Amino acid sequence: MQAPVNGFLMSTDRRPMLLMTPALLWLFGLMVVPCLLILVLAFFRRGIYGGIEYTWTFENIALVFDPLYFQIFMKSAGIAGLSAAIACVLGYAAAYAIAAMPRRHQPLLLFFAVLPFWSNYLVRTYAWIVLLNREGLIVNLARWIGYEGELPSMLYTEQAVVIGLVYNYLPFVILSCYAPLSRLSPEIAEASRDLGGSAWTTFRRVTLPMTVPGIATGFVFVFVLSIGNFVTPALLGGGQFQMIGNLVYAQFLTANDWPFGAALSMVLIAVMLGLLMGQAVVAERASGGKRAPDG
Amino acid sequence: MSRHILRNGTGLIALLAAFATPAFADGLTVSNWDGYMAADAIDNFNSETGNTAELVLHATNEEIMGKLIASKGVGYDVVFVSSPFAEVLNNLGLAETLDHAKIPNIGNLYAEATTLSHDPGNAFSLPYAWGTTGLCYRSDLVDTPTSWNDLLKPAESVSGKTTMLATDRWLLAAGQLSLGYSVNETDADKMAEVRDLLIDAKGTLLAYDDTTFYAKLVSGEAELVQAWDGWCNYGIGENADIKYVIPEEGSDLWVDTMVIMKASENKDAAYEFVNYILDADNHRWAAENILYKVPNEAAMSGVDGGLIETFPNMGMAPADMLKFEQLRDVGAAQRDYSRLVSEIKAAN
Repeated sequence: MQAPVNGFLMSTDRRPMLLMTPALLWLFGLMVVPCLLILVLAFFRRGIYGGIEYTWTFENIALVFDPLYFQIFMKSAGIAGLSAAIACVLGYAAAYAIAAMPRRHQPLLLFFAVLPFWSNYLVRTYAWIVLLNREGLIVNLARWIGYEGELPSMLYTEQAVVIGLVYNYLPFVILSCYAPLSRLSPEIAEASRDLGGSAWTTFRRVTLPMTVPGIATGFVFVFVLSIGNFVTPALLGGGQFQMIGNLVYAQFLTANDWPFGAALSMVLIAVMLGLLMGQAVVAERASGGKRAPDG
Repeated sequence: MSRHILRNGTGLIALLAAFATPAFADGLTVSNWDGYMAADAIDNFNSETGNTAELVLHATNEEIMGKLIASKGVGYDVVFVSSPFAEVLNNLGLAETLDHAKIPNIGNLYAEATTLSHDPGNAFSLPYAWGTTGLCYRSDLVDTPTSWNDLLKPAESVSGKTTMLATDRWLLAAGQLSLGYSVNETDADKMAEVRDLLIDAKGTLLAYDDTTFYAKLVSGEAELVQAWDGWCNYGIGENADIKYVIPEEGSDLWVDTMVIMKASENKDAAYEFVNYILDADNHRWAAENILYKVPNEAAMSGVDGGLIETFPNMGMAPADMLKFEQLRDVGAAQRDYSRLVSEIKAAN
């Protein structure tokens, strides 16, 4: 829609603003305000028995940067980053394969890619417990083939958590990478080959740069969802290590230390917002050259 | 356009009105853990006394405590909490001071259950179930363990096949007891020792597990686990090779209690409820269903002998249980406990 020349308040077309108002009110009143109410607790102190003592203090925010908790943040970022990277590689490959198929097959393949979402997140995670545990399907398969020795424990490890996160968020990446890939005109690839580029060069210097927004979206999606995740580390990690989500959960539901939990959440949200803004900038830059100039 | 707004607006108002009606029942609201009472307990209470009691569930003590502290006790009439948390409720002034005249069945309790250190004389809480924490193991796969170190520093063959309880107090208690310290220890140096011991123990641990450890024993995924005695009974019920033992360093004595909220508006019904639970037959029915010991002498004397044979820990005498230290609220040290558990879980 063309930007009004005199600024939107002077514009005669105020309908979009009016129509957005209920949604904005709902978003503001039911999401932003409750979030702020919780986050403001970060500046108060935990009472002796777990309530809130309303004395203004910065000790909780400072505590977030204590080495112990900072290390947990870093570890969570590492696991989330690794999961996002693996998911992007696998997801991009899958999306590329789907986009390369004849058009009439693509919806069906996308449907299969998204099919796991038809089941509950918890059920999908438990499926991995059944697969990976010492008495589970993979071990039984190995024994059936004839392997006699003790297989190393696959469950309740960091690797199991990464597997769980990658599996659960892969469809997001497939979809987000599929979008730009499917919009690529085959003539561009043809032109690249006509100019002497090999298939690999075409991919590296033409296809990949043009689909970077999809990868960026997928990466940030998986990263943001993984870093705050507490279900997968709790179930597949056996409680053996804490990601930041487990720490926040523990503060609110076990330690009854809402102020510290709020402080952790605040820092986590700030990190996520920073990433999302970064992703928007990357997407903007990557597609910047192809936008029609504003009138 | 205006017609659309009118229709949508009415719909919105109706939706808000629906949410505005209070969610609390007019009858009694009781909060307990899932499966911690006989399945028909509430219905039987309602039909026998004509009340309309409603059961709501909480998964952990901390969950119900969070709700009670935030709402100042409003919305609940009777809550089942562990003894350290009953202490906290009393300290915060949220627990009703009990009028024993309204609870005639209180005479059914063991003498030991009326002099518990967290509430001598049952001024604000009534014990509902009690027990110990020990080692639950597959007797066909491991030798009988004798010490907490059999869990914390397991033999080679058991390494990687052990679990510990995930809840803060019991996770730390295993370390505290094995080093001979109090389960309510607050000395920083001693707790640092406990932390280091538990970090080392993590290397041989399969997982921290509060709820499915007995299933792991049954399937053979684990061979030796830290367990509450009642939960171990669930495993024993599925596999007769599973046995329960208290290590030589001892256990803690945990007590789950009933507390009437001072802010309750149904106090008479609440008294009727706790009195109903303490009745000999009802309390025995609870014990037989949840497979935990109850501190009710009249009830325990009526428990089927065959049940005690199958589940030996149900026959433990109160005098023996009182040898162990009861878990108490540690006040300001709770924050240090939480931090310690975070350090243990974050360590590699």
